[in-house]
Amino acid sequence: MTQAEALSETRSSHDHHPGPQRKWQDYFTFNTDHKVIGIQYLVLSFIFFGIGGIMADLIRTELKTPATDFVSPEMYNQLLTLHGTIMIFLWIIPAGSGLANYLIPLMIGARDMAFPKMNALAFWMLPPAGILLALSILFDAPQAGWTSYPPLSIMTGKVGEGIWIFSLLVLGTSSILGAINFFTTILLMRVPSMPLTAMPLFCWSMLATSALILIGTPVLAGALILLAFDLLAGTAFFNPTGGGDPIVYQHMFWFYSHPAVYIMILPLFGVISEIIPVHSRKPIFGYLAIAYSSLAISFLGLIVWAHHMFTSGTPAWLRMFFMITTMVIAVPTGIKVFSWLATMWGGKIALNSAMLFAMGFVGEFVIGGISGVMVASVPFDIHVHDTYFVVAHLHYVLFGGSVFGIFAAIYHWFPKMTGRMVNEPLGIVHFILTLIGMNLTFMPMHALGLQGMNRRIALYDPQFQPLNELCTIGSYILAVSALPFLVNMIWSWIKGREAGDNPWNALTLEWQTSSPPAIENFETLPVLRWGPYDYGVERIPEDIEPPLTSPELQPESSALS
Amino acid sequence: MLAGIALTLVSIWYGQHHGLMPVQASEDAALVDGLFDTMMIVGTGIFLLVEGVILICLFKFRRRPGDDTDGPPIAGNIPLEILWTAIPVVIVLVIGVYSFEVYRIEGGFDPEAAEQSPIQVAMVSNSDVSTPLMAPQHKGHHHLALGVGATPDEMTTAPDLTVNVLGLQYAWIFTYPDTGVTTGELHLPAGKDVKLVIKAQDVLHAFWLPQFRLKQDAIPGQDAELRFTPQRVGEYPIICAELCGPYHGAMGSKLYVQEADEFDQWLQQQVASQSNADSTVALQPSEPTDADYLSAMADHVGVDASVLERLPHTLSSPSELVPVSLVGPQG
Ligand SMILES: [Cu+2]
Ligand SMILES: [Cu+2]
Repeated sequence: MTQAEALSETRSSHDHHPGPQRKWQDYFTFNTDHKVIGIQYLVLSFIFFGIGGIMADLIRTELKTPATDFVSPEMYNQLLTLHGTIMIFLWIIPAGSGLANYLIPLMIGARDMAFPKMNALAFWMLPPAGILLALSILFDAPQAGWTSYPPLSIMTGKVGEGIWIFSLLVLGTSSILGAINFFTTILLMRVPSMPLTAMPLFCWSMLATSALILIGTPVLAGALILLAFDLLAGTAFFNPTGGGDPIVYQHMFWFYSHPAVYIMILPLFGVISEIIPVHSRKPIFGYLAIAYSSLAISFLGLIVWAHHMFTSGTPAWLRMFFMITTMVIAVPTGIKVFSWLATMWGGKIALNSAMLFAMGFVGEFVIGGISGVMVASVPFDIHVHDTYFVVAHLHYVLFGGSVFGIFAAIYHWFPKMTGRMVNEPLGIVHFILTLIGMNLTFMPMHALGLQGMNRRIALYDPQFQPLNELCTIGSYILAVSALPFLVNMIWSWIKGREAGDNPWNALTLEWQTSSPPAIENFETLPVLRWGPYDYGVERIPEDIEPPLTSPELQPESSALS
Repeated sequence: MLAGIALTLVSIWYGQHHGLMPVQASEDAALVDGLFDTMMIVGTGIFLLVEGVILICLFKFRRRPGDDTDGPPIAGNIPLEILWTAIPVVIVLVIGVYSFEVYRIEGGFDPEAAEQSPIQVAMVSNSDVSTPLMAPQHKGHHHLALGVGATPDEMTTAPDLTVNVLGLQYAWIFTYPDTGVTTGELHLPAGKDVKLVIKAQDVLHAFWLPQFRLKQDAIPGQDAELRFTPQRVGEYPIICAELCGPYHGAMGSKLYVQEADEFDQWLQQQVASQSNADSTVALQPSEPTDADYLSAMADHVGVDASVLERLPHTLSSPSELVPVSLVGPQG
């Protein structure tokens, strides 16, 4: 029996039991269903993506000309601060949490997360913090950059900076609560027939991500609380006028905020490892290497933070140590990239929106990876630190990487979440516009930085105008690219073609239940009958009990019947 | 095979002809560019390889209509995986060692800064200038050598010229301690071993010379240095590269690298004009208001009038502009 036949049988067996479904009102309540929470996270994060994106286009409009002729310099700094903070803490990180919430229990055959109430609590901390932060632009927004280095941050508006600190503390707490949940759920709630090494790679990447959140975020909270004392109570932890040391803040801040890069990219590494095998119809190449490289990245990510401080108050030995550790991260990251390429190689690739964004992810992220090794080199970083070269680098990682990954995930799991297919032509238009806009916006920034354009400036040397105009045009194309996506999502959710339970013939567990899944996910807990990526492998006939099942542990469930 | 050779050749060519770097105004700059070119060669190679594979997959391995069978079940290949782990390890090792060497030759490991600081502390406390910002910090940090110091050859010799650089919102102020000259733009003699001692008065700034590939943050309470030999006569931008407030983008100045005799001439002129004009700023920091203080500097610094106009609002509290010795340790 071919796999497709096996799967279609599985599917038809589910069609007889359409479980109870959520009503739209549920999505506006304190609901403890991980699927509801996942979608709440995703929708909210996309709203903030829109807000942060509008800010980005305002910034690019200001930078179309060398003079400060569009917004005031104060407003410009508020925009760049909010843009950075929102995109990191209210877009990419919550979008990752949304995917993790939705997918982890389904992928490991659980009925919910380990701590459903805490899960809902974690989500509901986001809207107040996010709305406060976004609205601060109307009265007094923070303007010391998303890094908020003292002494500048404690000398510009107290209200704005206070809001920034407060919001980040709330968002950080939410992130910790989420991570505790992911970590516990993945480790303890897998179906008994699933050892760690049969777990989908997305779960591995979330395991690594959660560990980073749990180790890093408390340190950020510490830095923020001390900064708040300096700001509001006049202490001098970081204030040199009172004998404080602003460099200590930088160490504490980056101890979290470098790992934050991996908190933002690792979940999407996981997503890509899921999507590529399904649409290439091949097993993932080097499962264990990819799984362990997530852990390696997570560990190394904790000992590289001072690479953000190569021109700051760091002595030579420190600069050299952090240069080497940073460069070493290229090795596990390279393993992932090459494994994805090898998975696609020789496959039968379905060029749909999900797969195109996944391939775009690999192609764009690798550019950020290459420039990442470059900026790790101390003598070179001394030249480009705090320039547009770094702006280019980080956007290739976080836009070309994370954002492409999130779009790939949405296109891939949309049928799971809604039971309907996306409109492929619109999705492909979205992909092409995003690809062009992204490269037009960020590629010229490499040259700008190398030539001498520093970042976070509203006015610049007129010699840089032509390239800046290109960047601005690119950013407008990115704005336009949101339209086909929005139309597609809304239209497909309401009127899209029925998807069936498993439109991609995927093998991971989340596809072995109905789409959208019933409230309790699985009528009977599933039993693993094949590995998550066993494409093209001769599968065990249905009537033979799969070797991994131990009936004592699974009293109620027989294999997917 | 053929594609591999073509890819290698293209990478090697592009790595050296990207034309992305500005003019090289010192030997350090040439050194850094050599490193960058090498990374560009490797980077271009990896870029072409990855994008090439993706394009091949896009065209050659796309699913044909009507074919819904799976691809070959290849789940790994240990030798191949070892290869693509080992190659990045080697690349990283080579770039790491190369970077280390460039940093060493530039003077990154110069221990002088560590030796220097206690002397500076002594000097500062001897001078009668009140330095509330500087005094307590020196004790805590004199063990850190910050910035780029002397090249290994120059380690034992004193620099030909020392200039104190002070960053403040939103200007750079340069003081030549040997003569007491204070200016808003930096003049340096070509071919001389120059040491800049970099301080900040209010917030973090960063002193960046793109044509010299040198940058160092100016940190309140913590001295840093950049030591280098300008080789190429000309006019170069000085840029503040660390966000320091709304007018951060306007905080810049000019570096003029001059032939040694021209530089001497310029310095004499400055000595002459400053001894009968505003030596108060340099030698007796009374307490000028922010606006007075900065407008005196304005023509040197090249901050435009609209920026100055707004300064009193951004620097409202007098404590933000503490008078600091603009002269530094007197020789
Ligand atoms: Cu980092
Ligand atoms: Cu500045």
